[in-house]
Amino acid sequence: MNRATFPHFWLPLLLIAPQLAISAIFFYWPAVQALYQSVLREDPFGLRSTFVGLANFRNVLADPAYLNAAQVTVVFSLLTAGFSMAIALLLAVQAEKVVRGRGFYRTLMIWPYAVAPAIAGMLWLFMFNPSFGTLAAIPRALGIRWDPLLNSSQAMGLVVAAASWKQISYNFLFFVAGLQAIPKSLIEASAIDGAGPVRRFWTIVFPLLAPTTFFLLVVNTVYALFDTFGIIHAVTSGGPGKSTETLVYKVYNDGFVNLLLGSSAAQSVMLMVLVICLTAFQFKYIERKVHYG
Amino acid sequence: MATLSLNDVRKSYGKTEVIHGVSIDVEDGEFVVIVGPSGCGKSTLLRMVAGLEEITRGTIDIGGREVNKLEPRERDIAMVFQNYALYPHMSVFDNMAYGLRIAGIKGDDLKARVGKAAEMLGLTTLLDRKPRQLSGGQRQRVAMGRALVREPSAFLFDEPLSNLDAKLRVSMRLQIKDLQRRVATTSLYVTHDQVEAMTLADRLIVMNKGVAEQIATPMEIYDNPANVFVAGFIGSPAMNFFPARIEGGHLHLADGSQLPAPAGVSEGSVILGIRPEHLMPAPLDAEGSLSVRVLAVETLGADAFVHATLGDGDADAIVFRVPGHDRPAEGERVSLMVEPGKAHVFDAATERRIAEA
Ligand SMILES: Nc1ncnc2c1ncn2[C@@H]1O[C@H](COP(=O)(O)OP(=O)(O)OP(=O)(O)O)[C@@H](O)[C@H]1O
Ligand SMILES: [Mg+2]
Repeated sequence: MNRATFPHFWLPLLLIAPQLAISAIFFYWPAVQALYQSVLREDPFGLRSTFVGLANFRNVLADPAYLNAAQVTVVFSLLTAGFSMAIALLLAVQAEKVVRGRGFYRTLMIWPYAVAPAIAGMLWLFMFNPSFGTLAAIPRALGIRWDPLLNSSQAMGLVVAAASWKQISYNFLFFVAGLQAIPKSLIEASAIDGAGPVRRFWTIVFPLLAPTTFFLLVVNTVYALFDTFGIIHAVTSGGPGKSTETLVYKVYNDGFVNLLLGSSAAQSVMLMVLVICLTAFQFKYIERKVHYG
Repeated sequence: MATLSLNDVRKSYGKTEVIHGVSIDVEDGEFVVIVGPSGCGKSTLLRMVAGLEEITRGTIDIGGREVNKLEPRERDIAMVFQNYALYPHMSVFDNMAYGLRIAGIKGDDLKARVGKAAEMLGLTTLLDRKPRQLSGGQRQRVAMGRALVREPSAFLFDEPLSNLDAKLRVSMRLQIKDLQRRVATTSLYVTHDQVEAMTLADRLIVMNKGVAEQIATPMEIYDNPANVFVAGFIGSPAMNFFPARIEGGHLHLADGSQLPAPAGVSEGSVILGIRPEHLMPAPLDAEGSLSVRVLAVETLGADAFVHATLGDGDADAIVFRVPGHDRPAEGERVSLMVEPGKAHVFDAATERRIAEA
């Protein structure tokens, strides 16, 4: 291939300038700000800041509320990733069997992805509102005292449901593609070898989906960690108590509600490090595609 | 080990019928090859026997038991796929052990049976490898091994050699034949390669457009093809066909040459069929010979195939075989005699064989 050579130094710079400007303004500048803020402490009136070194980080890590948020995040992420992937896989396997109207089903399955997180959260909140929610009747009929606004595990259940529901579409798409990539003859060979449908799934289909599953596991974890702010904000605002306050939600709460800028910045920096680690992990293991055959 | 019988088996996809009623009784231990051009329904037929396609009409019996409604796993058959269909995430050993494990065979018994099959196929040193670490021929042998190890009542093969190079194909062909003889398991083998069909089969089913045109031993089919399609499909190079008329006890060809007509055939239009190997060079313009002009010569070594036209003009093309060292030059005029009794006469309308000349 011929490499295009530009005669000038300024032209290429000019061409990538918009992208650079966007990255600089919306990514690098805030990141630098956060780093800077994380080593400062503001006085109660916001008039003066003093350099405090790593004190903010020490305080955050020693704060039981932070450790609680970390625990909530782990539980929330595991449940969300687990449910959204399991349900998506089940639906994808069922959709594979549909012969007529397959495209129609798939299109329907993809719609939830287009719903904005806050809207999705509101939808679930309304549906399960203890006083007028249509679907709140179901847990009540089962004899459960349904009140997600007061009961912390029910609140967690509701945010997990809303967050999973939104992510199922995405996972479904990838699982459908993954299933289609498995040669039909492998399934047929195992059927002839004597395997029933369940055994065929666990011994042939599931292992061959491993690359897809692994990829989705990382993507869903990142999603649950960072992209569910809108849902949590709309459904529970981190409550009741702090039972659904994830790390990201706490950054917002501490920074913008409680105006503890130093602490909030320190938390952001730690999340930034986490994202960098996850991304590195993803590049290292997922970019190296698993090839069979 | 079992017999296998197909009784008027039909297959339709929606309204279009693609298999129009095939019947055959395969004896215990017999090797039957289904051969035909692409799209004639060979795979569909085999997959119906395997239970991978529903049978629209008719019945299939394996070992005297009707299997129409049975799942593939209840039919006690093994299949070798064209693309081998090896489980990519399992080692060669696990691939071969897969069916046995499902059947509940474990431990030393399992090892012994896989080991035995691996030895028969020369796979002993490859048992720990994954399929992607094998060559095409080795994968093919693993696929064979996976079928063999289960000791099913019938083997089904769907073009198992078509992904191999020519040389490997010949050696695998011999190996398959040898294995099948040794284990004496009823086999149904699909191919579009007529050499494979001729060499492997105890009996052949020649299929065309969903119809079994002829079911017979390879030599019967070669010697007495039932119709123009079978005659043209089996034999390489293909049989020469000429439109002809029977009149006054003679066969009249388009270029005006005449051959003695076979007895007992009424006058009218026919198709004359002569295999390239049944045409022999004769003294120029000898009585009862065909006169041809040579267009091109393909030298294979021992033999040469000569492409020529009947008569002088641009009449029917004809191919005949001569010894490699004794071949005519391009443009030369040659006279050819038909080996007595080796020409076939087909009805022009029905294309069925009516006599030999
Ligand atoms: N699922 C299907 N729906 C409709 N028609 C089909 C389907 N599968 C096969 N056919 C048709 O049935 C006919 C037989 O197909 P089949 O695969 O059995 O051919 P084949 O003899 O095995 O050919 P090849 O040598 O190319 O493998 C073909 O005309 C094909 O178009
Ligand atoms: Mg086929």
